[in-house]
Amino acid sequence: MSVDQKTVKRVARLARLKVKEEDVPRLAGELNAILGFIEQLNEVDVANVEPMTSVVTMKMKMRNDVVTDGHYPQKIVANAPAQDDEFFMVPKVVE
Amino acid sequence: MSNLTALTIAAARDGLKKKQFTALELTDAYLAAMEKARVLNAYIVETPEKARDMAKASDARLAAGQGGALEGIPLGIKDLFATEGVHTQACSHVLDGFKPQYESTVSANLWRDGAVMLGKLNMDEFAMGSSNETSYYGNVINPWKRTNSNAALVPGGSSGGSAAAVAAHICAAATATDTGGSIRQPAAFTGTVGIKPTYGRCSRWGIVAFASSLDQAGPIARDVRDAAIMLKSMASVDPKDATSVDLPVPDYEAAIGRPIKGLRVGIPKEYRVDGMPAEIDALWSKGAEWLKAQGAEIVEISLPHTKYALPAYYIVAPAEASSNLARYDGVRYGLRVPGDDIVDMYEKSRAAGFGREVQRRILIGTYVLSAGYYDAYYVRAQKVRTLIKNDFDKAWDKVDVVLTPATPSPAFAPGEITDPVQMYLNDIFTVTVNMAGLPGIAVPAGLSADGLPLGLQLIGKPFGEETLFQAAAAIEAAAGGYTAPQWW
Repeated sequence: MSVDQKTVKRVARLARLKVKEEDVPRLAGELNAILGFIEQLNEVDVANVEPMTSVVTMKMKMRNDVVTDGHYPQKIVANAPAQDDEFFMVPKVVE
Repeated sequence: MSNLTALTIAAARDGLKKKQFTALELTDAYLAAMEKARVLNAYIVETPEKARDMAKASDARLAAGQGGALEGIPLGIKDLFATEGVHTQACSHVLDGFKPQYESTVSANLWRDGAVMLGKLNMDEFAMGSSNETSYYGNVINPWKRTNSNAALVPGGSSGGSAAAVAAHICAAATATDTGGSIRQPAAFTGTVGIKPTYGRCSRWGIVAFASSLDQAGPIARDVRDAAIMLKSMASVDPKDATSVDLPVPDYEAAIGRPIKGLRVGIPKEYRVDGMPAEIDALWSKGAEWLKAQGAEIVEISLPHTKYALPAYYIVAPAEASSNLARYDGVRYGLRVPGDDIVDMYEKSRAAGFGREVQRRILIGTYVLSAGYYDAYYVRAQKVRTLIKNDFDKAWDKVDVVLTPATPSPAFAPGEITDPVQMYLNDIFTVTVNMAGLPGIAVPAGLSADGLPLGLQLIGKPFGEETLFQAAAAIEAAAGGYTAPQWW
């Protein structure tokens, strides 16, 4: 499988990365080199092999469904590029 | 007492206890050494006031006959760890100005035990790199140089600042993280000791996430004993990390000096890769001989899926990274570049904030997870991962540890490797360990023909860190230690 320039633009859009038109050919080349390297996995027989979900055999931990933390909105928004009255500010998203 | 920065943690600990010097004197010695070593660019932020305050508090506790396992010991912290009120940006522009309102569990454990923070250490952006050349804050310079050469070399990566700072004696030890080799490869390049513990041993809470199923924290230190002291404090069972494993943390230091008689050491034939330099091969054989001379049994083993670990890693790690890094959108923290609408703002902020290597990995990750490709790439890679782990599970019937080279070469020059896939090959011996969730330690074992440090790697069973410290100490006892000649 190899990616063309159209695919690069589509993937960049999915990843929310603004890509300059002049960078698209370079990116396509780099992605194809990496995908070419990955391609060797097709040699491996993976029939009847379970995909790994956890490297350590352990039971998923459960915790009690109780509030243990919170009530500090000022701390939450302290690093926001734009904030007002404990809200994150973003450009208008509804008409 | 002069030259306090030459002391290991174990020696400084004893000196403090015997009141030969104070924690403040020790910290001041490091702060002065850091100032002189700025050319290395290992620290991106120095925190001298905080360091002195912490050292004074340590002195008060020591005077009262109290104090933890790391009381008064000055440490450097990789920029990937959240430190309350102190610059934490994973060396990325996208986290511009970020100062966490909380402390990572690992660093909090160190402060609980009395350690002193000297500052934040340089690293590859979001821990993506093997040479510390992707940092927004510039390259780190390796304290080591080739014999009769003045050319700068890379310290390895991603924990390049941590490794360089430890090698240059501008911290007693450092925190680091390892997703595919980011502790062990820079440790090997700088003549230091680095251990990546078993997945789940150190809490990931408060560590900026790269690839969550692979990321683990661990120390880089000057010798095996110091690494054991550090890991004992860093490791914990943490309710804030669901993958933290409920096992008590052993006294790792006690394992050092235990005889290795009867220890079964595996030599995997698949690690003898094409084009491996003769000096790496020779070092590997020498390591096996050292262990054998101390009573270990050397066993040839096979890990047949080794060659597929790196390609599988370059699916799993970017896939998880693309998902983890989705949070950097210019809304809650970090860099915001204004746009025509909110999507335009996201796209411009991310394009301006992420460096080239990070963007490349986000694109690969997004591609392999996108509709129609998920099974062909991601699911297949996770199946290969199961096979890699099965290889090790079978090996543990025959051996207690596995011995391999740590890296395929000694340190190289900045700009020497520009092809991404070529750069990825640096992790060829280390990445299998992350894929299988196992512990691995890099220990210095010799010098290259050019006078650069070379390391060996020991791989252990899950939660077999004590055996790793025991075996690594045996290699260290035979090989000796390596200190970079000071030129800065």
